[in-house]
Amino acid sequence: MIELSDYLMLSGILFAISIAGIFINRKNLIVLLMCIELMLLAVNTNFIAFSHFLGDMAGQVFVFFILTVAAAEAAIGLAILVVLFRSRRTIDVEDLDALKG
Amino acid sequence: MTFDYAQLVPLVPEIAVLALASILLLVDLWLKDDDKGKNHLIAVFGLVVVIGLTGLVGSEHREIVLNGSYIRDPMSDVLKIAILVISLLSFVYSRDYLRDRGMLVGEFYVLTLCAVLGMMVMVSANSFLTLYLGLELLALSLYALVAFDRDSPSGAEAAMKYFVLGALGSGLLLYGISMLYGASGSLELGPVARAVAWQGADNQVLVFGLVFVVIGIGFKFGAVPFHMWVPDTYQGAPNPVVLFLGSAPKIAAFALAFRLLVDGLGQLHGDWQGMLVILAVISLAVGNIVAIAQTNIKRMLAYSTISHVGFIFLGLLAGTVEGFAAAMFYAIVYALMAAGGFGLLVMMSRQGHEVERLDDLKGLNERDSWQAAMMALVMFSMAGVPPTVGFMAKLLVLDAVISIGFWWLALIAVFFSVIGAFYYLRVVKIIYFDQPEIAGPLVVGTGARFALSFNGLAILFLGIFPASLLAYCQAAFA
Repeated sequence: MIELSDYLMLSGILFAISIAGIFINRKNLIVLLMCIELMLLAVNTNFIAFSHFLGDMAGQVFVFFILTVAAAEAAIGLAILVVLFRSRRTIDVEDLDALKG
Repeated sequence: MTFDYAQLVPLVPEIAVLALASILLLVDLWLKDDDKGKNHLIAVFGLVVVIGLTGLVGSEHREIVLNGSYIRDPMSDVLKIAILVISLLSFVYSRDYLRDRGMLVGEFYVLTLCAVLGMMVMVSANSFLTLYLGLELLALSLYALVAFDRDSPSGAEAAMKYFVLGALGSGLLLYGISMLYGASGSLELGPVARAVAWQGADNQVLVFGLVFVVIGIGFKFGAVPFHMWVPDTYQGAPNPVVLFLGSAPKIAAFALAFRLLVDGLGQLHGDWQGMLVILAVISLAVGNIVAIAQTNIKRMLAYSTISHVGFIFLGLLAGTVEGFAAAMFYAIVYALMAAGGFGLLVMMSRQGHEVERLDDLKGLNERDSWQAAMMALVMFSMAGVPPTVGFMAKLLVLDAVISIGFWWLALIAVFFSVIGAFYYLRVVKIIYFDQPEIAGPLVVGTGARFALSFNGLAILFLGIFPASLLAYCQAAFA
């Protein structure tokens, strides 16, 4: 029998991987966007697990909204990426250093 | 079950903003390139109508509609009107800048209005879902706006940094919300508050969720140590976008913090108070000290934002009615001051020349003494010099903090404010006592001139008669 804590553990691990990915990754911006998606999926896992074990549908409705927003977010993120590539000809994280002080 | 259409009455302002954005989207299709100025007229006129509608549906009662996911109370009325007025000001400031650069297109107004709608939804949210949707509508519009000048490499970089850190902040907030949902079994703030009162701080899941929620709020406010995006975004984004991004969303962020921490988790006040103390103290310290070293005025104002966020947190963490009223007053006043400061930068930016160095302000007094006086008023107000409103706002917050016995916190705040006064007064010195690098009078449109005069005089007026706004803030929590 899979317990609630197992699901929470899984989503915690996914969440930790995504945060680590955002901070450790120094090479490619697309990996960064993937990490952001992974983070939202970890949250979704949490919501679905809670929703199932609480017997409350609201959590699953929330997940649909998160999925929709994540799609819009990915679209905007990729659009910004294209603008960035057009002007810089690179998508390396390390090259994003024009703004500092 | 039938739907009661009377439920939609409290939502009329939001519906009107959505309609306005949709109309602009359509009208823009048929406008010729020479006629793009009509977008501006429609947007400004529409916002004036929405301000009127918000005043009409407002009352001193609270109404909860749409199955508990939406609330209209005196606080939301005041915050919405403040957001709309600041957005209106930023439209007026930005018009000439956008026209000179060929950016006076419908998209700018549609995106800004979507952001305004997002803020209004956030202010009126009574469930985690509404709050999240409003927050994302605001954030997604702002990401696109920061990258609005497509040919600017720094704009694209700023947008990317803002996007990644903003999405990270939303993700952390959402993770916290999922924990709160799991611990309380509801998405609505009312039942959540009841479940929290029943369980108290013994529930580990609840406290775990609270930590993530506070971090998410820190990201959205730009509080240290979650402030990395603020200076870079302010520096790289086009001036009108910084003007909008740096003013009204702070009011919405206050609403976000209030709805989550007070409406939802008020019973855990003892737990989040300690976290906010840490965030407030390091925001005040880092914001004020690092700002001194800046030569770019947009970056300097970004660090100044961070220090002001510390003050808003001070009012919130007091947890008393006076504290909330002081924090709300501070958030509105800060948005007004930021609109004035960035508004002047937008006005001074001519075609092909973006005002962003402190040196660009040199000798402004010789070029246009009225605008210089208004800018000096804004700077005095940010520094907290009486009789400007910045002084009153700081005084109220400190009063609230002292009344709960945290006098040492008030001392720290005053200490860093004194340090902060240095860089604000340096701007005044640059305006009045340095020789201008660019000769000739400042060319400014009538609308922007009027807006800055209104902005500066409002700062002075509210400083002398603070009760005119403070009464509404206090009534919101009575």
